[in-house]
Amino acid sequence: MSNLPAELRYTKSHEWLKLESDGTVTVGITDYAQNSLGDITYVQVPKVGAVLRMGETFGVVESVKAASDLYAPVAGTVLAVNTALDAAPETVNRSAYVDGWMMKLRPADPAAASALFDAAAYAQHIG
Amino acid sequence: MSELKRTPLRDFHAAHGGRLVDFAGWEMPVQYRSILEEHKAVRRTAGLFDVSHMGEVDVRGPAAAEFLNHLVTNDVAKLFPGRVLYSPMCYPEGGVVDDLLVYMRAPEDFFLCINAGNIEKDLAWIRGQAVGFNVTITDRCADYALLAVQGPKAAEIVQSLTGAKLGLVKYYHFTEATVAGVPCLVSRTGYTGEDGFELYHAAGEAVALATALWAAGRPRGLELAGLGARDSLRLEAGYPLYGHEITAEISPLTAGLGWTVKFEKGVDFVGRAALSMEKEKGGAHQIVFFKTGDRRIVRAETPVLSAAGGVVGRVVSGTLSPILNEAIGSAWVETAAARAAVLSTEGSLAVMIRGEKVNLQLVKPPFVELKKSST
Repeated sequence: MSNLPAELRYTKSHEWLKLESDGTVTVGITDYAQNSLGDITYVQVPKVGAVLRMGETFGVVESVKAASDLYAPVAGTVLAVNTALDAAPETVNRSAYVDGWMMKLRPADPAAASALFDAAAYAQHIG
Repeated sequence: MSELKRTPLRDFHAAHGGRLVDFAGWEMPVQYRSILEEHKAVRRTAGLFDVSHMGEVDVRGPAAAEFLNHLVTNDVAKLFPGRVLYSPMCYPEGGVVDDLLVYMRAPEDFFLCINAGNIEKDLAWIRGQAVGFNVTITDRCADYALLAVQGPKAAEIVQSLTGAKLGLVKYYHFTEATVAGVPCLVSRTGYTGEDGFELYHAAGEAVALATALWAAGRPRGLELAGLGARDSLRLEAGYPLYGHEITAEISPLTAGLGWTVKFEKGVDFVGRAALSMEKEKGGAHQIVFFKTGDRRIVRAETPVLSAAGGVVGRVVSGTLSPILNEAIGSAWVETAAARAAVLSTEGSLAVMIRGEKVNLQLVKPPFVELKKSST
């Protein structure tokens, strides 16, 4: 059974999004996604300042098995990226929701996240 | 998954957290905890692999040695009881049917270990080639299970369960002995580049043997290792995998396995004429090994480009070396392009990864120092 924190929002393509108290959002991939991928060997994140549309590819996560695109859960501007993943991409396997975060965004529409899955809906999605 | 074949250890794997996948029609553990961690455990301590999907064949009879020397490219006449030989088995055109291990138990009693994905094809091929030789070919695949213990601690672990003096069993030699009370063919071989043993035993004893090895090995740092680590270990060691570096179209000479093709053995073995011509003329392609200095894996089937940008081949194996922390792989490329790259006359070979050019640094394998040769 996957670990699905109730305070997060989720996408069909297995990203999670956390609404921070300052109105920014943090994005990563779910525990289910990291487990399906297996050993993560490389994470490519966008440049700080990049402007992303909702659903746009913002990076790539690679495992021994496969490479998968990452999709922006909401539109926004990249405020920060997790550069620690360059040297230690396996952090995503170990801590998908905390240390394995990938980017922080200033969302274009602060309400956009509410359209995403909650934990219960995502649990149903991954069956 | 109900149609997949299972080894006697399928439930052992499931109970130990093995992630079971379809591998050549077999339900096999690709990993238990982590491919990267299992790989490192084999290089640093030891790993236990179930490779019972591999096929076993008995070749017996007065003409067994003569037949095998006709069948394979390496020189079977050099064997003596207790000795193991690695060899490709080729088609008349020079491509590879399979690569295998030949065990000589007695002058008229040999045993072959073949790849799981090739069992039916190999048996049909071997039986076809055996016509006219006084030999009996027996399919023993269902009778045997095979466990491999690999890594610097492998000898200590296996020795703790047997009275046989393993120090006397050199690399590519074997003995028959009981391990944890289970009669085994104890072979000092492996597919990792580390010291270690492959233990052939009756399928019905596999759970007992695996349980005993696991109990004896755990305190010594043994980890369960899946087929994912087996593949990255063999690639780091520079060993070919059938269907990748060697195929029906890629000959042993093209694959850099010239040392296994014994033209001088005085036998008109299958493929000799074609391989002889390839050797004389030089093959149009060759297998090269590469690293990139980058963590992005260069996947099999990726086109290989010359410095000028033309396609000169394709990647056949690619992974991340957990020891070097960079992408490693092998590629089938035009010989002229490989030579130019080695001489640096025209710059490096390269691949495109998601639109970005990545140069291939050609390397003579192994990628890491191997400790397989025991004393």
